[in-house]
Amino acid sequence: MSITEHTAEAAAIAGPDRTRSGRRKQRRRALAGFLFVSPAVLLVVVFFLIPLCSAAWMSLHRWPLMGEARFIGFDNYVRMWGDTRFWDAMQFTIYYTIVVTIAIFAVAFPLALFVQQPNRANSFYRTAIFLPVVVGFGSAALLWVWLMNVDTGLFSPAAVALGITEEPVNLLASFNGVFWSVIIMVVWKTAGLTMVILMTGLQGVPGDILEAARIDGASPAQRFRRITLPLMRRTIALALTLSVAGSMLAFDQFYLISSGGPRNSTLTAVYWIFTQSFVSFRLGYGSALSIVLLIILVIISTIQLRLLRDPRDTK
Amino acid sequence: MTDITDHDLAPADAPRERRKPRRRIEKVLRHLFGITISAIFLAPLAWALLASLKPTTEARQPPIPPWPTTGFSTDSYEVLGTVGSGLWTHAMNSVIVSVATVALSIVVSFFAGYGFSRFSFPFKNLLFVLIISTIMIPFQSILTPLFLLLSKIGLQNSLFGLILIYTTLQLPFSVFMMRNAFDGIPKELEEAARVDGAGVFTVLIRVMAPLVLPGLVTVAIFAFLAAWNEFLAALVLMTDQDNYTLPILIAAVRSGNFGAVDWGAVQAGVTVMMVPCLILFITLQRYYLRGLTAGAVK
Repeated sequence: MSITEHTAEAAAIAGPDRTRSGRRKQRRRALAGFLFVSPAVLLVVVFFLIPLCSAAWMSLHRWPLMGEARFIGFDNYVRMWGDTRFWDAMQFTIYYTIVVTIAIFAVAFPLALFVQQPNRANSFYRTAIFLPVVVGFGSAALLWVWLMNVDTGLFSPAAVALGITEEPVNLLASFNGVFWSVIIMVVWKTAGLTMVILMTGLQGVPGDILEAARIDGASPAQRFRRITLPLMRRTIALALTLSVAGSMLAFDQFYLISSGGPRNSTLTAVYWIFTQSFVSFRLGYGSALSIVLLIILVIISTIQLRLLRDPRDTK
Repeated sequence: MTDITDHDLAPADAPRERRKPRRRIEKVLRHLFGITISAIFLAPLAWALLASLKPTTEARQPPIPPWPTTGFSTDSYEVLGTVGSGLWTHAMNSVIVSVATVALSIVVSFFAGYGFSRFSFPFKNLLFVLIISTIMIPFQSILTPLFLLLSKIGLQNSLFGLILIYTTLQLPFSVFMMRNAFDGIPKELEEAARVDGAGVFTVLIRVMAPLVLPGLVTVAIFAFLAAWNEFLAALVLMTDQDNYTLPILIAAVRSGNFGAVDWGAVQAGVTVMMVPCLILFITLQRYYLRGLTAGAVK
């Protein structure tokens, strides 16, 4: 954003020109600009917009992989109401999202405060905490499922060795075993990201305001609640949005760790759509489920962005 | 643990000589806590790396202690080398997809960033919003039609199709990044070069590219990590074993598709997937974090 005196001159040269050659030049520049952005636009149209429209179109059909697609109107959507497995998966996904988001914040916020001051030691801690963020969900899940293995993993044998339990614990056999192991894994893998985002918000809190409050006798807890938190609202909303949107789309970790089990108790929404579309090959029904998931997510994101956009509270 | 700014550590009215020892204890405790936390976060990564270097017999035992007790060995990597179409093939698939996604993302977002930053043309803002708003739409929900679309244009089950999709998924981030990068460069530089008689493309490559290089590096890192680690689209779209990328291969090893599950080989696979990401991040940390904060500070 550097608008300087010079640009006035430049604008005089390249600005709205009333002569015919000038207008032609402008049109040429417009065309050039359009050409520059066209590859990006083309990719988005072909690989995003068209599939999005065809998802809506497919959702109105019975669409097997082989054979003819048949138009059936809103039948897929009607069928969804009776699809208990989908609603169970949806419920589980929401439950998981709430728990994991709270857990991530509970870990990341204290850590952000802890490593906030710029110094040598802190930058080492930041890097260490952040490293799991850059390994993929797939790698993290495959690492974790090995640690969870009842005989040759780490958790169960270590618990036995430390005398926490007598018997080996098969974490994969129970809903809670899978659920809490995944929660711990996701917190380990993503807390660093939330921590860094929160740190940028903390840096935006002016030091002199905090100082003034301190002189006025506000306790550290009061300063945090009354000054730091309100000023960090946008950052917190952003971190929340990222965490919620990401968790609502969880798939990799449950596919790789528990295959949705035990007894389908850890099927997520995306997982169910995947099963319907690419295991049972009900492409039309899978698309209808996708559209519903998409609408739910857009609503959630919109609400959260509203929180982001809001001017500061007048409380 | 609410507040840890330095000047809060001791009450301001405390006598000087009392403050010093307390400071030191605080400091030691801080570092103890920091080192413990760092160790907790690093431990699983180290555990996988060390487990992958154990001889076969040891790799079948619980990983306590985490390091090999009977000498380091490459047994697990040898096992991994023979699964599927051979580790080399799948690693190359991953490398090709990731590097091509990086290259394409850089080229497309470089031009788009320049176009959106420097030109005005009809529907400019609409097109920009169209690209950026795709970040709101989860690609998981368009996977089914994407699968059919790729089949139609003959790109299903091809690495090239995967590259195009990964590039498209990265576009909102990369175009946003590059437009901001170009916005930060004064227009006079271009005009000066143009007055000297350089053509549009010469100016772009010779003058502008070096100036927006930090932005391009950021775009490249994010594109690489996303393509290297992506699982679901690769799982759905790559139906031929020869085209499996690393995550799909290791998942197949873990589910025992190639005989009994060899946990040593799985951890060797995890290590192969992990190490490039870690090296990339550690060497280019600054650019990575810039990409993160660009979104947060907006």
